[in-house]
Amino acid sequence: MKEEIICAGFGGQGIMFLGKILALAGMKENKYVSWMPSYGAEVRGGTAHSMVVISDKEIASPIVSHPTTAIVMNQPSLDKFLPKTKAQGLVIVNTSLAKVNSPRKDLEVLEIPATEMAASLGNIKIANMIVLGVYLAKKKLLNLESALQSLKETLAEQFLELNISALKAGFNL
Amino acid sequence: MMREKILMCGNEAIGEGAIQANCQFYAGYPITPQNELTAYMARRMYEEGRVFIQSESEISAINMVFGASLAGARAMTSSSSPGISLKQEGISYLVGCELPAVIVNIMRGGPGLGNIAPSQADYFQAVKGGGHGDYKTIVLAPSSVEEAFNLTRLSFDLADHYRNPVIILGDGLLGQMMEPLPQILNSKLKIQNYPKDWALTGCLGRKPRIIRSLLLGEGELERHNQKLQEKFKSISEKEVRFERLYLEDAEFVLIAYGTVSRICKAVVNNLRGKNKKIGLIRPITLWPFPEKIIRETAEKIEGILVVEMSAGQMLEDVKLAVEGKCPVYFCGRMGGGIPTEEEIYEKLSQMLI
Amino acid sequence: MKITNKTSSTNQTSKALRKVFSLPASMRDVAMHYCSGCGHGIIHRLICEVIDELEIREKTIGVAPVGCAVLAYDYWNFDTTEASHGRPPAVATGIKRILPERIVFTYQGDGDLAAIGTAEIIHTANRGENITVIFVNNAVYGMTGGQMAPTTILGQKTETTPWGRDAQRDGFPLKISEMLALLSGVVYVERTAVNNAKNVLLTKKAIKKAFLNQIENKGFSLVEILSPCPTYWRMSPVEAVKWIETEMVKYYPLGVIKG
Repeated sequence: MKEEIICAGFGGQGIMFLGKILALAGMKENKYVSWMPSYGAEVRGGTAHSMVVISDKEIASPIVSHPTTAIVMNQPSLDKFLPKTKAQGLVIVNTSLAKVNSPRKDLEVLEIPATEMAASLGNIKIANMIVLGVYLAKKKLLNLESALQSLKETLAEQFLELNISALKAGFNL
Repeated sequence: MMREKILMCGNEAIGEGAIQANCQFYAGYPITPQNELTAYMARRMYEEGRVFIQSESEISAINMVFGASLAGARAMTSSSSPGISLKQEGISYLVGCELPAVIVNIMRGGPGLGNIAPSQADYFQAVKGGGHGDYKTIVLAPSSVEEAFNLTRLSFDLADHYRNPVIILGDGLLGQMMEPLPQILNSKLKIQNYPKDWALTGCLGRKPRIIRSLLLGEGELERHNQKLQEKFKSISEKEVRFERLYLEDAEFVLIAYGTVSRICKAVVNNLRGKNKKIGLIRPITLWPFPEKIIRETAEKIEGILVVEMSAGQMLEDVKLAVEGKCPVYFCGRMGGGIPTEEEIYEKLSQMLI
Repeated sequence: MKITNKTSSTNQTSKALRKVFSLPASMRDVAMHYCSGCGHGIIHRLICEVIDELEIREKTIGVAPVGCAVLAYDYWNFDTTEASHGRPPAVATGIKRILPERIVFTYQGDGDLAAIGTAEIIHTANRGENITVIFVNNAVYGMTGGQMAPTTILGQKTETTPWGRDAQRDGFPLKISEMLALLSGVVYVERTAVNNAKNVLLTKKAIKKAFLNQIENKGFSLVEILSPCPTYWRMSPVEAVKWIETEMVKYYPLGVIKG
C-alpha cells in the first residue's frame, strides 16, 4: 500500500494542518509517513498545498507529482490537481468554492459543500476537518480514532470540540 | 507523555541533533526556508540553559560562533544561501584558526535574492572552500529528517575531532518536510568529549594562548597551510560516507544527494520492479567526495546519470571521479525547480535504458 | 633601555632604591612594531597596568582587531584572539556568553569599530553585553597606508581625501561614542586622549573603570581614546599631540559621555 495525497486550497483554509493530521494519524498506525508543504512568501491568502505519503514500506520520495488522492478546497486547486490525479484515484472537492468540470471518467469524485457545512456548524475554518472525515470514511486506510487522537495532541483545548465535531460530521456523511 | 515517535520537520530535527550533541551556543539570523531551526533553537537552548542569540546579521552570527568556539564550546549557526554567502569570511577564519563549528545551509534558489524554493546550487561554495584561501570544510548532506538529526550529531564530533568547521548542506525540501523521528527526546546517546587544550579560558596556571590566522613570519603561513592540507588529506581518507543501492549487477547508475536522491530512489525501485538493472550512489559526505566507489563502479557499467537541483555542480566531481571510464549524463533543474520522476525516466530513456 | 624585571605590584627592593617603573606582568618583554609617536604602545601599557592592578590577568581574554593593533597579542601576556575586521564585539559576545566569569575586552581602531564593524558595536552595546571596549580613534587608517577613517575630521588630508575631507563628498566625522551612549544597554562611555601626561592618567582611570564595571557585572563599557598617528597625519610626534589638543578635541570633546 502506498497512498499519495495532495491537499490543496487557499492559504488560511487549514490545508497544511489537514495534511499534518493525516501524517500524524498514519504515524500512529505505524505506517511510514512524510509531509511536505508548499511554502511561499505569503502567510495568508494565495494558494497552498501539502503532499502526504502514507506507506507500508519506507518512502523513497516524499514528493508527489501524481496523487492517488487529491483533496481540493478551491477552484484553482481543483483545476491544477484533478488532471494530475492517477487513474482510479480519488478526488474530494469542496463544491462550496469549486465546480467540477472534467472529462475524466477514470476518477472517483466526491463533491462535498464543505465550507457551507462548516458554516452551519459555526465556523468556516473547519471545512478542512469535514473533508478529512469524508476521506477517512471513504478510503478506510486510517482509523477515525487515530485522527481524533492526533487532533487532541495538536490542538489547543478551546478549538478541540469544534474540530472534532466537524471531523465526525464529515466521517458520518 | 512519552511518545515512541515524533513528527518533525528537517529544520527541527537538525536543531534537536545539535541539542543532543551538547551544542552550547547558537546564533542565527532569520531567513527562509530555515526559520524553524532558529525558532526551535530559541526554545530548546533556553530549556537546556544554554546560549541562544538572535544576531543582527549572518556575519555577526558566524563571528559569535567563532568566539564561543575559541572559548571551548560546541557552537552552531544556520542560514540559507544568501546568508551563507555572508558567513564565508568567518568560515575561512574558523579554518585558519583551526576552530570547530557547525554551519547549516538550508539552500534556496539563487543567484542573488533568488527565491525561497529548494535548490542545490550552493554545492560548489560548500565543497570547494567557499571563502578565501586554500581550505576545505567537511560537508554532510542528509536526505531525510532522521538522517538530518543523525548527521547533525555526527557533525559536532567531526568538527571537534578535526578542529575544522563542518557544513550541513540541506535544501528547502529537507528543512520543511516532516517525517517521524524515533525516540529522540528520550535518547541518552553518548556524547564524545574532546579535550580542548587550545581554547582561550584565561591563562590561570598555564602560559597564555593566542588564537590567530595571521602568520607574517617568513614561511610561517606556508607551513600552516601544509599542516592544514595534511589534515584535509587525512579527512578525505577516513571520512568518506555514501549509500549504495543495487551496485552488484547495475548497468546504469544514478548519482544524487540530499532530497533529490529520494526521487532517484523511487525511480530505481520502480525500474527494478521492471527488471531494469539500475543502481544508485548517494554521496552522504560531499566533501570528502566518494570518488573511489564512483570510479570503481564506472569501470563496470554503461553509464551514469547525475541528478541535481543545479546547473550541474556535483556533476563536475562525478566526471573527475569517473575519469572518462563511462559516459556521464545530467538531469538538472534550477532556480527552485525540482526534478520529477518523469524527467528522470525521460532522460534514462534517452540513454537507451 | 631594556626592562627586564616583570614584577610591578609587589616590589621588595630597599627603601633607598625604590623601583618606580617596570614592565607589567600583563605585558610581554618584546619590542613593539609601532611607529614613533604612535599612541597604541601607551594604550597597550595602560590596559596591562590596569589588568595587573585588578589582578585579572589569568582570567582575561583579549580580542585584537584588524588594523595597526592586529599584532596586539604579540605584546599582551594573557589569552588573546584575533577577530575578522570589525567583528571583535561579536567574537567577544561569543566568548563572554560561554565564559561569563572571565574578563573579556575588545581593542578596536576607528575603521574596525566605526566603519566596517558599526553593526556589531551597536548591537553588542544594545544587548548590554558585559564586556569592555577600548576604542582607539586616530582619525585615519594606519595599517593600510593612511586612508580616510569614519572619524577623519573635516578638512583633514588623507590618501583618499587628498584635498581634505569634504562633508558634501565624504560625509561627516562619525561621533560613534555619542551614538552608543544613547543605547539603553550601555552603562559607561568616556572619551579621553593620550596626548599629555595628565590625559594619559585620566585614560588609565577610565580604562580601569570600564574593567571594574565588567567585574561588577554592570554591563557594556567603552572608552574612546584620541590617539596620535604622526606618520599618517604627516606630522612630527610633538605636532601630533598638539593637533589632538587644537583640532581633534574640538570635534571630539573629552569627558564622560555616559555613566
